[in-house]
Amino acid sequence: MNNGKEIKFSDESLALVQRMMKRYPEGKQKSALIPILHIAQAEFDGWLSSETMDYVASVIGILPVEVYEVASFYSMFNMKPVGKCVIEVCRTSSCWLLGAEDVISHLEKKLNIKTGQTTSDGMFTLKSVECLGSCGTAPMMQVGADYYENLSLDKVDSLVERFRADGKRKTYTDKAEARN
Amino acid sequence: MAKVTIDGKSIEVPDGTTILNAARLIGGEIVPPAMCYYTSLKTSGGYCRTCIVKVTKGSEKDPRPMPKPVASCRTTVMDGMEVQNITSPDLMEARAGVVEFLLINHPLDCPICDQAGECHLQDLAYEHGLAKTRYEFSRRTFEKIDIGSKIKLHMTRCILCYRCVKVADQITDKRVHGVMNRGDVSEISTYIQNVVDNDFSGNMIDVCPVGALTDRTFRFKSRVWFANPVDAHRDCPKCAGKVTLWLKGEEVYRVTGRKDKYGEVKDWICNDCRFEKKATSDWKIDGPANLDRHSVISQNHYTLEEPAHKPLLNDVNVVQNLVGGKEMYNS
Amino acid sequence: MGKKLLLNNDHIPGINTYEVYRKNGGYASVEKAIKTMTPEAIVEEVKKSGLRGRGGAGFPTGMKWSFLAKPEGVARYIVCNADESEPGTFKDRYLMERIPHLLIEGMITSSFALGANTSYIYIRGEYFYVARILEQAIDEAYANGWLGKNILGSDYSLDLYVQVGAGAYICGEETALLESLEGKRGNPRIKPPFPAIAGLYGCPTVVNNVETIAAVVPIINNGGDEYAKVGIGKSTGTKLISASGHINKPGVYEIEMGITVEDFIYSDEWCGGIKNGKKLKAVVAGGSSVPILPADLILKTANGEPRLMSYESLADGGFATGTMLGSGGFIVMDETTSIVKNLWNFTRFYHHESCGQCSPCREGTGWMEKVLHKIIDGHGSLSDVDLLWDIQSKIEGKTICPLGDAAAWPVASAIRHFRAEFEDHVRNSKKVIDPKRLVSNAVY
Ligand SMILES: Cc1cc2nc3c(=O)[nH]c(=O)nc-3n(C[C@H](O)[C@H](O)[C@H](O)COP(=O)(O)O)c2cc1C
Ligand code: SF4
Ligand code: FES
Ligand code: FES
Repeated sequence: MNNGKEIKFSDESLALVQRMMKRYPEGKQKSALIPILHIAQAEFDGWLSSETMDYVASVIGILPVEVYEVASFYSMFNMKPVGKCVIEVCRTSSCWLLGAEDVISHLEKKLNIKTGQTTSDGMFTLKSVECLGSCGTAPMMQVGADYYENLSLDKVDSLVERFRADGKRKTYTDKAEARN
Repeated sequence: MAKVTIDGKSIEVPDGTTILNAARLIGGEIVPPAMCYYTSLKTSGGYCRTCIVKVTKGSEKDPRPMPKPVASCRTTVMDGMEVQNITSPDLMEARAGVVEFLLINHPLDCPICDQAGECHLQDLAYEHGLAKTRYEFSRRTFEKIDIGSKIKLHMTRCILCYRCVKVADQITDKRVHGVMNRGDVSEISTYIQNVVDNDFSGNMIDVCPVGALTDRTFRFKSRVWFANPVDAHRDCPKCAGKVTLWLKGEEVYRVTGRKDKYGEVKDWICNDCRFEKKATSDWKIDGPANLDRHSVISQNHYTLEEPAHKPLLNDVNVVQNLVGGKEMYNS
Repeated sequence: MGKKLLLNNDHIPGINTYEVYRKNGGYASVEKAIKTMTPEAIVEEVKKSGLRGRGGAGFPTGMKWSFLAKPEGVARYIVCNADESEPGTFKDRYLMERIPHLLIEGMITSSFALGANTSYIYIRGEYFYVARILEQAIDEAYANGWLGKNILGSDYSLDLYVQVGAGAYICGEETALLESLEGKRGNPRIKPPFPAIAGLYGCPTVVNNVETIAAVVPIINNGGDEYAKVGIGKSTGTKLISASGHINKPGVYEIEMGITVEDFIYSDEWCGGIKNGKKLKAVVAGGSSVPILPADLILKTANGEPRLMSYESLADGGFATGTMLGSGGFIVMDETTSIVKNLWNFTRFYHHESCGQCSPCREGTGWMEKVLHKIIDGHGSLSDVDLLWDIQSKIEGKTICPLGDAAAWPVASAIRHFRAEFEDHVRNSKKVIDPKRLVSNAVY
């Protein structure tokens, strides 16, 4: 149970999960674990509770510990509850050279939280992450499926306002905004 | 068959033999130390890097030296291979580096650790360790937890050899513990409070090279060097029933598998034998255990008179680390 | 304008769609390969082309392909490495986002050459939206008969899937990638066996970078010899360079190998010079792992010859005075950059990304980060610089996978070329009262 909700994939997700497991040879269905965890995280409040992981283990037919080991290895899986909008600011090399620390401290001030924390209204979690492969458009950040590039502090402000007004949970599996 | 020469000593071994096992066949001080390899556990070895050696000649066919040191536990011999271990000063320096890495986050709490006296890391630290620690930051720590009623996990001491995970994978039927997280915050854990409960789970204690997994039925009763090890057996419906009993007078302090001179258990034992049979009347004694007590303590580098609260490595810096390093750069 | 072989169509509107891609000559290599060539002949062309792996190591692709074991009745796999996580590198994303069909086409031709009937593109999880673009392109390719059963009426069949990762640089290392693709932790495997003998699911497997696979398309279209005419010496063909940092025109550039580094940095065709009229201080030429070079050594070799954008020229002088082309992640730093702080930033990255299996990398990367941090905060001493040198030397060459080396080289090169700056930090940095200010706020 997550927040009293039963952990069970929607019919649509379950169909997708079952299609995914067919991508691999017979007996190698564990290969689908990471893609399925992404779907689970998106569907069950943006993080992986132990109940969610046990459920994923049962869907694939593997031991729960195999799921815990994998989920805790990868940085995109949230092992604790997070805000609806997880803002992930790149902190590495070119982004760092071009002001990533300013973006991060600006966001800390604006959201009144430290990196790694969630706002009290549960809207935002702020993370600093390693290079996202967008160094030519530094500094940049990722929210859900979308990359926001060539950031200025003004641009960061207006994005935060937009996310707040929109109020929806953002996940990696969302359809991305149109890019040029 | 392949002929391999290690530190000038040659031996012929079957193809597919690792350098480490060839060295063990030669024996003596040229045998590299091994902290994560365990003969009877498939896919073990390769992680800790303490067994590294220098291959100065690849083989008769391709005599080029290998460009980097290799893990002797996972590298197989080639005919004509020449290897340096203790005869190479650079290699010894490199190994000292590996030992230092293993120690920087280790609590060095030997005076209060059950494993003291039979700890492979303690031996290594003694043989290769630097006199002074160069690590001045606070060390990684974890809460101690009980995994089941019989086993204590003291993760702070773990060197991530993966042996206990392989025991659980290979000799028990449902693994509930594993390695969580990554990098230097990796930890052995059940993730959720979960009990390791299985007829053979106790073997995890025997394979642990340090004091991270210990027998709760033995803890703090005695330092091991006060106990007298004897080999014993019983008819056991679950395992071969061949064990080592650690006796003090008539009392059975502890039961373990029988270990060879490299500290490896020859036959896995079940939890009944290990945890439940604590009377000498449960056992038929075969005679003194044939242990290679190669440890620091048994070699008398250590005073036996007052072991309980004396630091193991006679050095003030280490003592300081027992109390915790500088807190300043804690990240 | 230099010659382009991959990005010649990237600005045509709609080139991401099947129709436009096909109208511009797309999928010709698949037609040529399946209808007129044997798999062996394709491998031969790739050998002739001199193509070297574009993922970082620069291993000759044709040779790698010819090592693939072919036991009877055992599946073979080709897996495309789209993990692209080396700081400073973003070329694969650009290529996949702009011209997804180029990668799909390359995968089909390569899979045919190696006799693989199921192939995977492993893409880093953060590139989720790119994975969708690829999936859309794959759907179009199936719909038009380029994927699936009996492609172009031949007896060759191929299924192609996109697999997403979930945030782990180490999954770019090919055996960690295979572990991850099998649904496990991204722990690199202990080699041997190499993937060519036992890779995905224990079957013979080739892992190639996105750009490598894409380069197979022009090689098959024009022939290996034609490809080899482009470039210089053993650096044949073109290379995608991801240019970033303190330059006027950051972006992805396809260059013919052999242009000078100086032209690349200062010409308006490429980087357009240093931002704000500042002076060049240093360059990391091939992604964060390769040795950093100061301005004089990146522009000219130790012998005073102009340094060229090629595997050989960048490596000229070895690690003493040279570097590596690596993944082509070209990070430019102007005179205001602190080399010590930049190094701390890189070292934090490796610390964060170590898988933790082997002790030198697991323990050493974090130790180096802490020592650097101490120096930056003004609490360092001269012996800390020697300690850093010693730690990196004890990691290098002693680990399971090359991440250990990748963490050691930036430290070694920064100290080698900028030792005075470290000493200056030790002597003159203000002591920071709150030493946690810069400490990695890693969220694991
Ligand atoms: C730590 C590490 C990270 C790597 N990351 C990548 C990567 O993101 N993309 C890539 O193509 N190769 C990466 N590589 C190199 C791969 O292991 C492998 O050599 C490459 O995919 C082979 O393809 P190629 O021959 O086409 O270059 C990485 C290697 C290491 C050691
Ligand atoms: S070198 Fe680092 S990343 Fe590579 S296997 Fe060892 S710990 Fe893992
Ligand atoms: S450095 Fe920020 S995206 Fe690469
Ligand atoms: S014993 Fe060989 S690497 Fe650990």
